[in-house]
Amino acid sequence: MTGKHLLSIADLGLDEIDEILRLTDSFVEVSERAIPKVPTLRGRTVVSLFFEESTRTRLSFETAAKRLSADTMNFSVSTSSVKKGESLRDTVETIEAMGIDAVVVRHASAGVPWQIARWVDAPVINAGDGWHEHPTQALLDCYTIRQSRGSLAGLRIAIVGDVKHSRVARSNVLAFTGLGAEVTLVAPPTLLPPNLTGWPVAVSHDLDGVLPKADVVYLLRMQKERQIESLLPSLREYTARYGLTRERARLLSDDALVMHPGPMNRGVEIAADVADLPRSMITRQVANGVAVRMAVLFLMLGSTGVGRGA
Amino acid sequence: MAERERAAAPPYGGVFVPRTRVMGPDDLRRAVTRIAHEVVEHNHGLEHVIVIGLQTGGVPLASRLAEVLRDIEGTEVPVGRLDVALHRDDIGIRPVMPEAPTDIPFDLTGEVVVLVDDVLFTGRTVRAALDALNYYGRPRSVQLAVMVDRGHRELPIRPDYVGKNLPTRRDEMVSVTRDGVELGEVRRTR
Repeated sequence: MTGKHLLSIADLGLDEIDEILRLTDSFVEVSERAIPKVPTLRGRTVVSLFFEESTRTRLSFETAAKRLSADTMNFSVSTSSVKKGESLRDTVETIEAMGIDAVVVRHASAGVPWQIARWVDAPVINAGDGWHEHPTQALLDCYTIRQSRGSLAGLRIAIVGDVKHSRVARSNVLAFTGLGAEVTLVAPPTLLPPNLTGWPVAVSHDLDGVLPKADVVYLLRMQKERQIESLLPSLREYTARYGLTRERARLLSDDALVMHPGPMNRGVEIAADVADLPRSMITRQVANGVAVRMAVLFLMLGSTGVGRGA
Repeated sequence: MAERERAAAPPYGGVFVPRTRVMGPDDLRRAVTRIAHEVVEHNHGLEHVIVIGLQTGGVPLASRLAEVLRDIEGTEVPVGRLDVALHRDDIGIRPVMPEAPTDIPFDLTGEVVVLVDDVLFTGRTVRAALDALNYYGRPRSVQLAVMVDRGHRELPIRPDYVGKNLPTRRDEMVSVTRDGVELGEVRRTR
């Protein structure tokens, strides 16, 4: 990768996305071995700074680092000095002083990873900042689609749900369209960003009309913690019009994929049994997430000749 | 693989300029045939023998070796592919990039592994390969077959089967393709 950090999908050229996805094949193979570990990043330390709760992303990065033999340090705000009022900058500089090689950041405010990238020497990976971006999620989604369909070029992808509050949607719109897919956002007007100027997407409010033509249905999580209920008549109303119910899933073509970044609200954006259909990529997305993050960590820490050993 | 990797890696950047043709396609074929006979003789047949080519230069040679082994003994030898990039000892010192995924869909425990590579140089690729093999089981023995041994070893590693011993200067480069073996230089592009 040309850039030192991975903050936004927009930082990556198409050839860089291709390179990450190509490398991911090698790390999928590592993950499938009897001993799923390589000595590649021995002696490197990856720190996860999670200022917002997360299960899969934090564990996924931690697993990725461990499979590469890196040491991991975990920071979660609830058990840290942030509770005593330490500022973000002091927290970050304290951790850097302990000697770290990469920082993985999740924060509820957009832009925090950029700020941290200005303060530390180590490469910074954005693991989700507010409503803004979640680049490794987009990369693992692209990898998962490629694995099933060979390529994203020409595919019709419907991104359904709370686009307004979704960093996953923002990163995925950039990645999917960059790789040649046609993206349609499907959501009630109140859950779309107020201004979509410059977004290379189509917009629809009719899920039933979109589903038969879609190659991929990408469902977003209804983010109840962001008070979306005030933007909707009710969650039940939402499910009735925009949820992927069992009946709606029958409208899909035979080889269409169903994806979700997790955590799922079963019964809200996706029916419980739809999530478990063979066409559902949801657990495969999680498995691929580890391999994609191994590729990203490897590219940032292992592939160049500028590491500590140089 | 070592040479090509070194030459093609971004900060070095370079093109291979051949000077002398050392082996032609027929020489290559005869060498593979001889190595195949040596493998059969050395192992008293092909029971438990597995051939593994190192990505990327060793892979086509491994397939050719397996074909000849089948012709000689009439048994199918399992063939795998191993990418050693993630096990190299120079990660962080110079650019290292996985070339293509490893494919070893069998347990190596108790088997005789014949590692195949195109060129043996410093021995560091082979060291990484020996390390990587551990993750796939505990072979009874590991043997090394190379098309060209060009010297300049940095580790106590020696080949069991050699196509050709080729004295070289350190800064030269050896290229092995289907059409034969060429000796030349890398012209830096930057």
